[in-house]
Order: sequence, then structure tokens, then C-alpha cells
Amino acid sequence: MTDQLTLSPNIEGGDDFYAELLATHEGLSKADSDALNARLILVLANQIGNREILTQALAAAALKTEV
Amino acid sequence: MNKIFEVPMYPYERHADQDASAPVRHKVIVIGAGPIGLGAAIDLAQQGIEVVVLDDNDKVSFGSRAICFAKRPLEILDRLGCGQPMVDKGVQWNVGKVFFDEREVYEFNLLDEEGHKRPAFINLQQYYFEEYMVHRVRQLQAEGAPIEIRGRNKVSAIGTHPDHVTIEIDTPEGSYNLEADWMIACDGAASPTRSMLGLDFVGRVFEDNFLIADVIMEADFPTERWFWFDPPFNKGQSALLHKQPDGVWRIDLQLGWDIDKEREKRPENVIPRLKAMLGDDVEFELEWVSIYTFQCRRMEQFRHGRVLFAGDAAHQVSPFGARGANSGLQDTDNLCWKLKLVMEGKAPESLLDSYDAERIHGADENILNSSRSTDFITPKSETSRLFRDAVLDLSEQFEFARPLVNSGRLSVPCTYDGSHLNSADALAGPEKTRPGSSCPDAPLGDEFLLPKLADRFTLLTIDADAPDIIEESGITVERLALSVKDDKTLALKERYLGDLDSGVYLIRPDQHVAARRPSYDENQFRAAIRRVTGQE
Repeated sequence: MTDQLTLSPNIEGGDDFYAELLATHEGLSKADSDALNARLILVLANQIGNREILTQALAAAALKTEV
Repeated sequence: MNKIFEVPMYPYERHADQDASAPVRHKVIVIGAGPIGLGAAIDLAQQGIEVVVLDDNDKVSFGSRAICFAKRPLEILDRLGCGQPMVDKGVQWNVGKVFFDEREVYEFNLLDEEGHKRPAFINLQQYYFEEYMVHRVRQLQAEGAPIEIRGRNKVSAIGTHPDHVTIEIDTPEGSYNLEADWMIACDGAASPTRSMLGLDFVGRVFEDNFLIADVIMEADFPTERWFWFDPPFNKGQSALLHKQPDGVWRIDLQLGWDIDKEREKRPENVIPRLKAMLGDDVEFELEWVSIYTFQCRRMEQFRHGRVLFAGDAAHQVSPFGARGANSGLQDTDNLCWKLKLVMEGKAPESLLDSYDAERIHGADENILNSSRSTDFITPKSETSRLFRDAVLDLSEQFEFARPLVNSGRLSVPCTYDGSHLNSADALAGPEKTRPGSSCPDAPLGDEFLLPKLADRFTLLTIDADAPDIIEESGITVERLALSVKDDKTLALKERYLGDLDSGVYLIRPDQHVAARRPSYDENQFRAAIRRVTGQE
């Protein structure tokens, strides 16, 4: 079986995570926020590691995935 | 004092061909006496094929130009009999440092794999490189080999025919005509041969300018490659510092697109830039300054009947990764043995189409890598810069981001996966020696493996039986019988057998693997010999 990107709810404490994400950006300029987001993407991508999943994640983010 | 690149190395001399009543026919004419043209000519001549090199100039490369030569080309140069002076003179390095803004973000070590005769890289000015090749040509001439270089012989017209090429040549004493059975065009990125034949050269233009300055200085900088992204002395751009022999340092500064090239090249504009980088108290002398732009592109085909293109004439890459001269030498390495077999009638002309297929595969790999490096070094959109800077910021603190930093993916040998010359892999052995790979070197006591595989087809047996000589369809294959015991470091076993106890490899004259099996099989290896010579 090929690896599949998880697209069903999977975050523990989703509301908490969302609040933490916004809090991390709090008070940052647009440029600094953009830079943080870019770093965050790279950190998360490294955690995933699997190239196939990453390709699926890129497609999902581009809203190109078939549901 | 005259620099080596200011002295004519092959001055114009009138040749009897210029006074002949009809155009003289030569076996092979090579256009261009740069590293690739000389490499092709030496390769052919040392195998007894008559070759004439024509060059519109009479000197070696003006300025250092290509400075970074990788292991595989050095191994090829060993086969051509001129690797040793290059390595003796060249500067070896393996530490690189990456700077971002005002900080050193990390340091890497190329940590060369043990058990190879040649290092991963040397730095050497192209003018020395060409000088040593010209010495090799002179040495071959002294031994009676059929090779000559004609300086200030500029090709002005080319006519192509099914079985030969006609060439008109301008010299200081007027023009004359020659004919050749085959022609190899190694006349650089701006190849006049390509233009004269009206051939395409398409690809991607990178809108950027880079200033190269070679400075002579007694400086304390270590023998390392230093690369800066967005440094304070060249805001928003990149910079590179690299050491060459004779206390010459290569400095490469990105300048951006909208600049006045002539103005930027003037010493009064170059010197303040260098002082900002090196510090006010460092004394230096400018040896050579140039501004370059680049494109990543290639010809659709490298073979056009009896005209074969090699090196920058066939494909052009950005300088990041040292993939220009390094890949050009792999072109002629691939071409010359095939051309020899075709000329001797031992292989069909269609064998030369595999030169196209294999080296286009190589060129595409180089274009891909050097385009990616260029996109990282000179981001062309806001988002591209955002991610680039994110990688650099992370790399300072976290190891995971360092492999994403791309200041040039340094040239490694091309593996001809999928080539029609390969036989199916029949050995469950190491990936790095699969059919299509260039043979990795291995120590054999005080000697090395690669010099034993030169210029001919070899059947390498490791703890396996096989005939000492195989004759098949006009091709002679000689056996090289080895045992894992011949290498106490076990590199030979690790690189060629892996977990297996024995192996048999059919190796091409350019030291690439054509076929491999755990033991000798008469029918299979005979078929492999026919396949690798285009006869099946």
C-alpha cells in the first residue's frame, strides 16, 4: 500500500493548537510572520520526511486534491 | 613578467596543407583547443587515430575561468596521461563555510571517501589545465602519435556531407580548405560551428551578472570554500571566495541584472568592492577581472551526421557546481571509444547515437542541478527568497535544514541509467556499480583499480572464473582477475560485491559498467559485448 496523507482530523486539541499558532504570530510584522510561516513549513516538512506524503500535502494545500 | 596565458603556446606556422592543390583529408578534425577539444584529441591520438586541432587563438585560456575539477575528470585525465601534474599543482580542499548576512551559519566537510587514487576536487586555473594538456600533446608528438594543433586557424565555413565534412579556414596568411572524415566541435558556449550549421541552442536565460576577480594576495584565509548569502559587503547578492594555486584567490560577486558591465569591470570600481569584502588592510593585486552572465541550455542533438558537439558547445550550465569543464570531459570520454570503433568498422555508425542519448542524459542532469542552485542563490521571486532565507536561518540552529542549502551541488559522475548499451543488471550487488555507472576506484595494495581498466574493454572478475580473452564480433575483451583479498581495506568488495562472494563485470573503455553477473556466462557476456558496441 502506498503512503497516504492524513486528511481526516488528526490534531490533538485542535482549538488549542490553532490558538498557539496565532499566538506565535502575535505582534509580528507581515514580513516576520511570512518568514515564520516559511520556517514552520520547513520544520514540519522535515518531520514528515516522506516525499510521497509531502507531494500529496503540497497538492492538498493548493486545493488540487480529489476528495 | 608575462603570465602563462599571455604567451603563445601553439603559434601559427604555415602547414603544407595550405599549399596543397586539393583539400587534404584528415581522419578527425577537432575545433577548439580548450580543455574539451584537447581532451578529445589526446584520447584519439593515444589510440592511434590521426587528429588535427584547429584553434582561432594561439594561447591557453585568458584568466583562470574554470577552476574546480572533480574526481571523475581527474580519473579521465589519468587515462589521458596528464592527471598527475594537475593534481600536483592543484589545491585540495574539503571544508566549506556558509555565511548569511553577518553570521557564519554553518561549516561542512566533503569528507572524501577513502580508497580512491584521486581527491573529490582540486582547484586549478584553466590556463594551467590547458598548459598541461598541451604538454601532453607535445609528448605524444615526440612519441610519433598523429596529433597536431594549428594555432590561429579560424574555421570560416563548414560543409556537411554524408561521409565527410569540408572546412574553410582563415589564417594570418590567407585561407585554405580541409576535409575530415569526422569533426568534433568543442568551440565553447558561443560555438561558431553551431551557428554556421544553423543549429538550435535553447534553454533558460538567467538575468544576472557576476563579477569574477582573481586576486593575488598573501592572506590568512584557510584553504576552504566560503560562500556568502546576502553579505553586508554585497547587500542582497551573493559572494564566493575560493583558493587557487600560486596565492591566487577567486572572488565571485553577484551584481544583479541592470548594471553597466564596462563600468563595473574598471579597477577603480572593482577595488572598492574587494576592499569591502577583504578588509582595508589586506594587500592584493588584480590578476584578471571578468563579468559573466549565464544560461542553462543544450542542443537538441549533439550528433549531426559527421559533426559531433561536445562541452559548452553542446550544453551550457551555470557555474554553480563546477559542471562545465567537468561534464565536457565526460562527453569526450564517452565519445572517443565509440568513434574509434566506428572508424575501424568494428561497430555500426548508429553506436554514435548512444553518445547523444547518454550525454544528453548527463547534460539534463547538470542543467537540472545547476538551475536549482541558481534558483537558491539568486531567488527570482519574493516567495522564493522567503523560503531561501528561511532555510538559511534554520540552518544556523538546526542540522536538518543544512542539506537544503544549495550553493552549488558539486559535480559527480553521471550514471547512464536506461542506456541501450547496458545489459540488464543480473547481480544483486551495490547500487553504485549498477550497469551505466562509472566504476568507482578501489585500492589494490600500493596501486589502484581504475588505471587497470583504461582504454579497452575489460572483463573484471572478482573471485570468479572466466576466459582470459574473449573475441566477439571484432571486439577483444581482456580479463582482469582480482580477488577480494587484493584489497585489505575491503573497499573493492564493498563497492563491487556487497554481500555476494563473487562477481563478473564487463567494463567499457570509458570505465563505465556495461553488464554484471555473479559468475561468468558465455552467452550472456557475448550478448553484452554485442549490445555495448551497438551490434544487437
